[in-house]
Amino acid sequence: MDKTLLKRKRIIPGFGLSMGVTIAMLSIIVLIPLISIFWKMAELSIGEFFAVIFHRRTLAAFGVSILCSALAALVNLVMGVLLAWVLVRYEFPLKRVMDGLIELPFALPTAIAGIALTSLTVNTGWVGSVFAKLGIDIAYTKFGIIIAMVFVGIPFVVRTVQPVLEKLDGSYEEAAAMLGAGRRTTFLRVVLPEIRPAALTGFGLAFARGLGEYGSVVFIAGNQPYKTEIASLLIMNQLQEYDYAEAAAIALVMLIIAFVVLFVMNVIQSRAARRAS
Amino acid sequence: MEKKKCRPVPVIICAVFIALFLILPLVFVITEAFSDGLAGWWANITERYTVKALKLSLLSMVAAVVINTVFGLFAAWALTRYYYRGQRILNTLIDIPLSVSPVIAGLIFILTFGRSSPLYPLLQQLHISVIYAVPGIIIATVFVTLPYVSREIIPVLNAIGTAEEEAAALMGAGGWKIFRKITLPHIKWSLLYGIVLCTARSLGEFGAVSVISGHLRGRTNTLPLHIEILYNEFQYSPAFAVSSLLVILAIILLVIRSVVEHRGGKNEQV
Amino acid sequence: MKKIRKYIILSLCVLITAASLCGCGSRSDGNTVSMINVSYDPTREFYEEYNALFSDYWQQQTGKSVEVLMSHGGSGTQALSVANGLPADVVTLALEADVNSIMNEGIIEPGWVEQFEGDSSPYTSTIVFMVRAGNEKNISDWGDLAGEVGVITPNPKTSGAARWIFLAAWAWAENQYGADNEDAIVDFVGKIYRNVLVLDTGARGSTTTFCENGQGDVLLAWENEAFLILEQYPGEFEIVNPSISTLCQPSVAVVDEVVDRNRSRDLAEAYLEYLYCDEAQRMIGRYNYRPSNPEILQEFSNVFDLEMELVTIDHFGGWVAAQEKYFSDGGVFDRIYDFQR
Repeated sequence: MDKTLLKRKRIIPGFGLSMGVTIAMLSIIVLIPLISIFWKMAELSIGEFFAVIFHRRTLAAFGVSILCSALAALVNLVMGVLLAWVLVRYEFPLKRVMDGLIELPFALPTAIAGIALTSLTVNTGWVGSVFAKLGIDIAYTKFGIIIAMVFVGIPFVVRTVQPVLEKLDGSYEEAAAMLGAGRRTTFLRVVLPEIRPAALTGFGLAFARGLGEYGSVVFIAGNQPYKTEIASLLIMNQLQEYDYAEAAAIALVMLIIAFVVLFVMNVIQSRAARRAS
Repeated sequence: MEKKKCRPVPVIICAVFIALFLILPLVFVITEAFSDGLAGWWANITERYTVKALKLSLLSMVAAVVINTVFGLFAAWALTRYYYRGQRILNTLIDIPLSVSPVIAGLIFILTFGRSSPLYPLLQQLHISVIYAVPGIIIATVFVTLPYVSREIIPVLNAIGTAEEEAAALMGAGGWKIFRKITLPHIKWSLLYGIVLCTARSLGEFGAVSVISGHLRGRTNTLPLHIEILYNEFQYSPAFAVSSLLVILAIILLVIRSVVEHRGGKNEQV
Repeated sequence: MKKIRKYIILSLCVLITAASLCGCGSRSDGNTVSMINVSYDPTREFYEEYNALFSDYWQQQTGKSVEVLMSHGGSGTQALSVANGLPADVVTLALEADVNSIMNEGIIEPGWVEQFEGDSSPYTSTIVFMVRAGNEKNISDWGDLAGEVGVITPNPKTSGAARWIFLAAWAWAENQYGADNEDAIVDFVGKIYRNVLVLDTGARGSTTTFCENGQGDVLLAWENEAFLILEQYPGEFEIVNPSISTLCQPSVAVVDEVVDRNRSRDLAEAYLEYLYCDEAQRMIGRYNYRPSNPEILQEFSNVFDLEMELVTIDHFGGWVAAQEKYFSDGGVFDRIYDFQR
């Protein structure tokens, strides 16, 4: 981008004001508090830092967190694309209700979701008793953690894919169908490439949300070290032992993972935007 | 665009998924809430501490929504109306609260404003309490809901481009006038949508607020925290009654959202 | 010019935010004084009644009524909050260790243990077993927990009760295998923790898991909590008293830094002192804690099993040593979980 373009783009007034407010708010609410994590971390030497991060129990907790949120995000990816497709392309009764419900996980406090999901899925609960007959336990296993994470992540994929599908009018698909492509080919070759960046963004957001989720997961997870202990809970444990520095170290790793995921998503999205223009 | 007729299989799969994951928990909460009957439910939600918690929740919600609406507008403007170095990083920074674990969100504010922080002596001298007091709860709520408004507006601002605004600026219109006359009508509905999402999310925040609140009954307990306390006191039906209050608020918000979207959609087509 | 404006705006934003943070009001108005008592989970019901009793007493003494703000949560979490600046006038926590960790931050002065009678424990409790009605698995003592049973107990890393539970199991094993045979003791305690189905973060969480969600065959719980469960779920559960348990001494202390700042020392000390009066001691008994006054404890001999052998923390060398040996990072508890892999 050459200098003249940069200059030209500042024709619109208010640059100083809007940047000022944005940066001031970001500093107070996001940056300064984030720096305090590094501040605290400085109490640890590099060796200690890696000892905390690579402790078997920490690794196990990261493993559980990452595995479960990845699986949950995968479920959300598939179901989210399907839901978006159904909501955009088909007409059926109660569609508006279904559409409205998608945001429920945003609006419902995570603790309530956690309590309700746990009560439903314990082996005496409404759903759990059905699965218990099949010999499957949901609550207090990784399965339960995944369910809680699926719940909190549902809106992300649906709401990022939906607008793209709405813009993608039927003409390409019709053309493809006229040229003799089957339904599957049309979807794979025509629709999928268009929604892929949005779907990936949604996947990333759902993954990041699941990774950080605490409120709903602690109720449904058995919280057993090495089995169903998630990284957020481990941070809580460290906090309660006054190991701020160690808690900050684990928090930092989670932040970095989240930041990388978000950054990659933003890159994918802006690439797609550039390609489209 | 003509919509295709319903194809039953995917619709049924989606309906089952939604029923299992979203409707069933709702039904469960409502059933438990009314297990004492309507009078019992009313008595539960008008209990002294519940009302205080509700007031605090509403206060922090209003504060968070106002702050984030102002911030969201400025941030979206700064991110879409100009080009500069580091824009993408700024964009990612705004999104960070979305993916930061609420526990970490609470932790960072404890580290920043708590007793171990270098800021603490200063705050003490000025007699300002941040954490374990109402301001801390507001800050934590603002943090978790920070991106909601700007994220809704940014795509719209990007889509409409800057041509109209540039023309207005060249003709000598001031910033506020450009915003009011040109930008605002375009982003009206997405702004409203963002505000509704922000409201919903701020009412329900649990993790971050729980770390930072200190759980002082009647002073720093928000509704979700109050629910947890009731649940821990074996008072299951009051806990679910208060939950149902939040569920009802959530449903009202979702209805508003759905109306907003519908109106917004119509508006775009015109 | 533009730059200057930017800075003005920036500093304005900072000011506005700072101004909006000044939300702390005064603590006493007219005839009501208020104080904050930071406590742990199972004391909610007791302190609710005690606060009313104390408020009446204080009204008679000084003509002012007292509003006591309560905060409940896991004992460790609560101590952490106070250490981070939660302005508690008094703390009434589950463990001496938790009060000590506040002391280490310099907020409570050393020597607080001697300030009130009975090591500053106005009430004590112990650890008992809670089984489902009928006791199908025939659980009668610690040894049975290493067999084919599902155990529910909180995590000693996060819960005060859980540490007493761990130590009680340890004490039984010492008696069984001999105090020097540490390998056998670790092995036995490890077997119990292998049987744990859900390791909640707090005692109340475990109770919910066991009673409401129906997990496990036996819950290890506070004695007072167990009585509360019997009242809440009549006929569904039974209490089993093990042969050996721990004498749990919850600790109360005045938070020196806060009372000095608020000039509320008299009120805070009177609040804790009054816990030892006969009326409060009987109330303690009614809420199923063991009163520290031995005469009043005898009045409740039909409720509590006074024959049970109770080991005190001194047996484990005091809290500092016990914390270090069993529950610190890489301590015995961590090793038990590491062995499982």
